[in-house]
Amino acid sequence: MSGALGISARLAWRNLWRNYRRTLIMLTAIAVGVWAMIFMSALMRGMTDQLVRNGLHSLPGEVQVHHPDYRADPSVANSMPAPSGSLLAALQAPPVTAWAARVRVPAVIASERESRGVTLLGVDPAAEQALGSLPAAIDSGRFLADAADAGVVLGVSLARKLDTGLGKRVVIMSQDPDNDVADRGVRVVGLYHGRMEGLEERYAYIGRDALQALLGIGAQVSEVAATADDYRITGQWQPGIAAAAGSELEVKAWTELDPYLSTMLRVQDGFTLVFMVVIFAVLSFGLVNTLAMAVFERVREIGLMQALGMQPRMILYQILQESLYLLLLGLALGNLAAWLSIKPLERGIDVSVVAEGMEMMGMGTVLYPALSAQDMLLSTAVVVILGLLASLLPAWRAAHLDPVRAINRQ
Amino acid sequence: MSAVNCEAVCRTFRQGEAEIRALDEVSLSIEPGEFVCLSGPSGSGKTTLLNVIGGLDTPDSGAVSVGGQRLDTLSRGELAELRLRRIGFVFQAYNLIPVLSARENVEFVMQVQGVAAAARRAVALELLAAVGLSGLEGRRPAELSGGQQQRVAVARAIASEPALVLADEPTANLDSHSAAQLMDLFEDLNRERGITFVISTHDTRVMGYARRLVRMHDGRIVSDQAQTPQRMEEA
Repeated sequence: MSGALGISARLAWRNLWRNYRRTLIMLTAIAVGVWAMIFMSALMRGMTDQLVRNGLHSLPGEVQVHHPDYRADPSVANSMPAPSGSLLAALQAPPVTAWAARVRVPAVIASERESRGVTLLGVDPAAEQALGSLPAAIDSGRFLADAADAGVVLGVSLARKLDTGLGKRVVIMSQDPDNDVADRGVRVVGLYHGRMEGLEERYAYIGRDALQALLGIGAQVSEVAATADDYRITGQWQPGIAAAAGSELEVKAWTELDPYLSTMLRVQDGFTLVFMVVIFAVLSFGLVNTLAMAVFERVREIGLMQALGMQPRMILYQILQESLYLLLLGLALGNLAAWLSIKPLERGIDVSVVAEGMEMMGMGTVLYPALSAQDMLLSTAVVVILGLLASLLPAWRAAHLDPVRAINRQ
Repeated sequence: MSAVNCEAVCRTFRQGEAEIRALDEVSLSIEPGEFVCLSGPSGSGKTTLLNVIGGLDTPDSGAVSVGGQRLDTLSRGELAELRLRRIGFVFQAYNLIPVLSARENVEFVMQVQGVAAAARRAVALELLAAVGLSGLEGRRPAELSGGQQQRVAVARAIASEPALVLADEPTANLDSHSAAQLMDLFEDLNRERGITFVISTHDTRVMGYARRLVRMHDGRIVSDQAQTPQRMEEA
């Protein structure tokens, strides 16, 4: 058997180069197809990546800890104690790279002319900065100095709608744990630009300690957000935080907190697979044609091998092996081309000409293609599996040729 | 036990509306070590009979045995195995695999059989030398003359020491000198190694080599007689 496999391998390789022009054309087609699969997947992965990251910035944190009733009723009554003991230890241990405890309550902000409902975030600026959840840019004024800062930072868009501005006073109103109105006049110390306009209108920032004092909740917070700087590995460390938090607190990963984002990721993976299959389905017509021609040209030779005692299954194997060599060479070239073309673009592709559309999709104006080993492996699997399946027909036909007719073919 | 035994073998082909009876109740028994020539005009059924004996074609009726083994009881794979182990083929033309060198062509059957590389290489070189092709081992078929290609095919046919060699018009594309060399080689192999030869031909000089001459016409055996062999130069 090993001898037959050896001669099959030798014949497959040499036959591949008998019509080298046809082989090179098919090789080029496979390589371009593989390149297109990986390049487009990298672009799509980059887009999804950005979408998820932007989504996580507004979430923020890949894991959040809440009072069990907070998500159903995000009022101050459903606050939780600031992290301590085992939860604090878990938050300070790898892979967690940063965490922040914040007060997050629905509130109304009123200027002299307008009022708007917002989500008021009482934050510790240093912790939020480590978490990467600060606004994208300060338009004017400053961000909060520390957790005790009693100034308010509004989004540019919100300030415009409130018809207020930097240095002016606004009134913030919310409910304390006794359902009484807690209000206070504060000065606008800064205006920020959000990653998206919707975020600018939704969030207003104030020092955590100042908000806790306004609401009368002591050191209680609404949520603790933590990050490990990689949203794909959240499942690995979220259970540890949950165990440390105990049953009295609810610990959720971003995939549960924002099912839309996690669905986007799954859709993207599915779409990548469909995209690859479609590209290769088109390519497979060329592959089948190439192999069918190769078999057609070698009918007498195949008949001769059958007459000499080569088993039909070994002839099938030989044609499949020829196809496999072609596919593997195409894959190697395609992967190399993809790597060479994507690596220089990982610093970003400027797509500002379609900035509005990109923002509507929740993305920025620079697209970062993400070369993924998973996509390269997936494209390899798709090409090899579908390629061999497509090659089965010409190979089966070759293995089942009538040797007498084959040898006598003119 | 006969090397080959055919009993009332029939084989019919369709050509459009017409039905051609290529073999019509052919019965033939060949003993081990015989040197048999099948002769007759084109279309007399020689090639079909060789194909049926070699398990390449299946008769419509009748029975064929090779070395006591009934071919109609064998699967496609078992027939391939029988050809691999017991039968050597030499065809009229297109005998070699173009992408293999002369040595690799001779080694082909042995390699499929699983013979170790060193052993099959030694046998191939010895046989190529025996058929007068020393020094041409590395050449591909396209770089060899027709006669040289046929000699490579003969070397391949006997490399695995089959009990039976079936040769279909082996000299048809050869000049008379190459044909004589090839037939001398067949005769030597028959005499020295006891290999049974069944050769189809309509070349009277080739028939001279046979110790048994079977004449066919319209798919039937019309005569079957022993004769004293004569080498081509003497014919």
